[in-house]
Amino acid sequence: MSEIKDDTMLKSTLERIETIVTSAKEQKSSWDCVLLSRQQGRTGAKQYINLMCDDFMELHGDRLYGDDPAMVGGIGTIGGRAITFIGNHKGANFKENVLCNYGMSNPEGYRKALRLAKQAEKFGRPVVCFIDTPGAYPGLGSEERGIGEAIAQNLKVFATLKTPVLCFIIGEGGSGGALGIGVGDKLYMLENAVYSVITPEGFASILLRDPSKAKEAAEAMKMTARNLKEFGVIHDIIAEKSPIETAQLIKDIIIRDLDVLCAKPVENLVRYRIRKIRGIGEVSGGKEWWDPLLEVFKKTESLR
Amino acid sequence: MANKSSALCPQCQKEVELDSHKICPYCNFYFPLTPSERLSLIADEDSFVEMAVGMRSVNPIALAGYEDKLKENQKKSSLSDAVSIGKCRIEGQDVVVGIMSFSFMGGSMGSVVGEKITQAIIEGCLNGEPVILFTASGGARMQEGIFSLMQMAKTASAAALLEETRTPLFIVLTNPTTGGVTASFAMLGDVILAEPGAVIGFAGPRVIEGTIREKLPEGFQRSEFQLERGFVDMIVTRGKLRSTLSYLIKTHTRRIPNE
Repeated sequence: MSEIKDDTMLKSTLERIETIVTSAKEQKSSWDCVLLSRQQGRTGAKQYINLMCDDFMELHGDRLYGDDPAMVGGIGTIGGRAITFIGNHKGANFKENVLCNYGMSNPEGYRKALRLAKQAEKFGRPVVCFIDTPGAYPGLGSEERGIGEAIAQNLKVFATLKTPVLCFIIGEGGSGGALGIGVGDKLYMLENAVYSVITPEGFASILLRDPSKAKEAAEAMKMTARNLKEFGVIHDIIAEKSPIETAQLIKDIIIRDLDVLCAKPVENLVRYRIRKIRGIGEVSGGKEWWDPLLEVFKKTESLR
Repeated sequence: MANKSSALCPQCQKEVELDSHKICPYCNFYFPLTPSERLSLIADEDSFVEMAVGMRSVNPIALAGYEDKLKENQKKSSLSDAVSIGKCRIEGQDVVVGIMSFSFMGGSMGSVVGEKITQAIIEGCLNGEPVILFTASGGARMQEGIFSLMQMAKTASAAALLEETRTPLFIVLTNPTTGGVTASFAMLGDVILAEPGAVIGFAGPRVIEGTIREKLPEGFQRSEFQLERGFVDMIVTRGKLRSTLSYLIKTHTRRIPNE
């Protein structure tokens, strides 16, 4: 019976390794995730798209002002299904970083995303967004061209876009700049990605009145994938392996989710999306919100 | 009661006597108004009925010190949070209003502000009553972490429902309106009004100066600048506010074919 014995031993060894790996993962601090999510050379949106489909065609411009290299967009196919991809683009090296403004979009980036999303809606293509940005660009031109208005429009239009939208936070999910391409039917995060209302540095200097307390701030802000899963803000966490393996995991989710979502009547899809967003927030003394929303849904139906 | 008060103008540093419009007679600085002062400028007398009176903020990410901060602000401002919503009449016309207060934690949008704005919008959708929102905010309430960011999506998706039910949304931007409020419902009005001289933008002036490493040009992000850039329909003085809103309400009656 030595075989069984060996097998048991192997099993217990494997279990032990798993425990070590798991505990190592558990010990990873929020700040570790912040650093990993920002790491130079981390796989970006464009790389993931190209790892997932070999026929990606990039499209450019917002038709209003210009083309923002910090936002990449276009069409590709996965398993025969045409998909519109949109993603923040930080660039793979220093030269590209500068060219893409470190993934910080100007209004034209968000307006390009909006144009491509509407185009996807028109042709019944689902949309997949990859989020990886420190935030929208806080510069003169960005303000002059209405970065606030651009993000606001995206939030509104994506909320009722009549085609499935899947969002993946693959690195930094920085505030409104991330949310600008982050409203969809499903939201996933890579294991080491972060998502927050402000950077830990910003939080530390404004609320803790000490910029050096960013590490502490990262912990307090609860910005890791695990935190957000607990809050019910994201649907699931995706394990990070090699770029090719991670891309495969994401691809599997895209195929699985789109098989389900594309089969649903688009009206139901939009309603479910709005209902999900409507429910986020914690207050005391609030009232039941479902019935009024249902009534509004009925009303929009009669108007159609 | 005489509606006179004296105050120090933060803009020109002069001691000034203010009437109910609360505008500095020397430099035209618009002092912030409390919700009741605002209502007395625009609403028919005694027509306001507040909604969601009992709603209070909680501490969703269990951040140390947030509860104390809330209590302190409630005491200081005699408000329950940074927005008050309700229904009132303007020259006899029924509307839903929301009035933000910068004096409560910088008008920051947490779950309560997001929920109340959303409720106000839904209420408007249900009855086809115009929704009028007065904004004043430094942005998202960081103390509520990701929940504050999500309020942007929530209020904006509610605004999408206004679209579908053809209910008008009028925004009045007051000083200051920045951050997550600008990047959500504040920029989604059918008509966007602004009070003179209000700072309106996404990133705050100091953040931009930090990015570009130079001082901002005079008047950058003010109402007049935003009017010139096309993000505001018109600048309205407090004396013209009631009649302007009344005109807008009249001209935005829902006309739905086959209704």
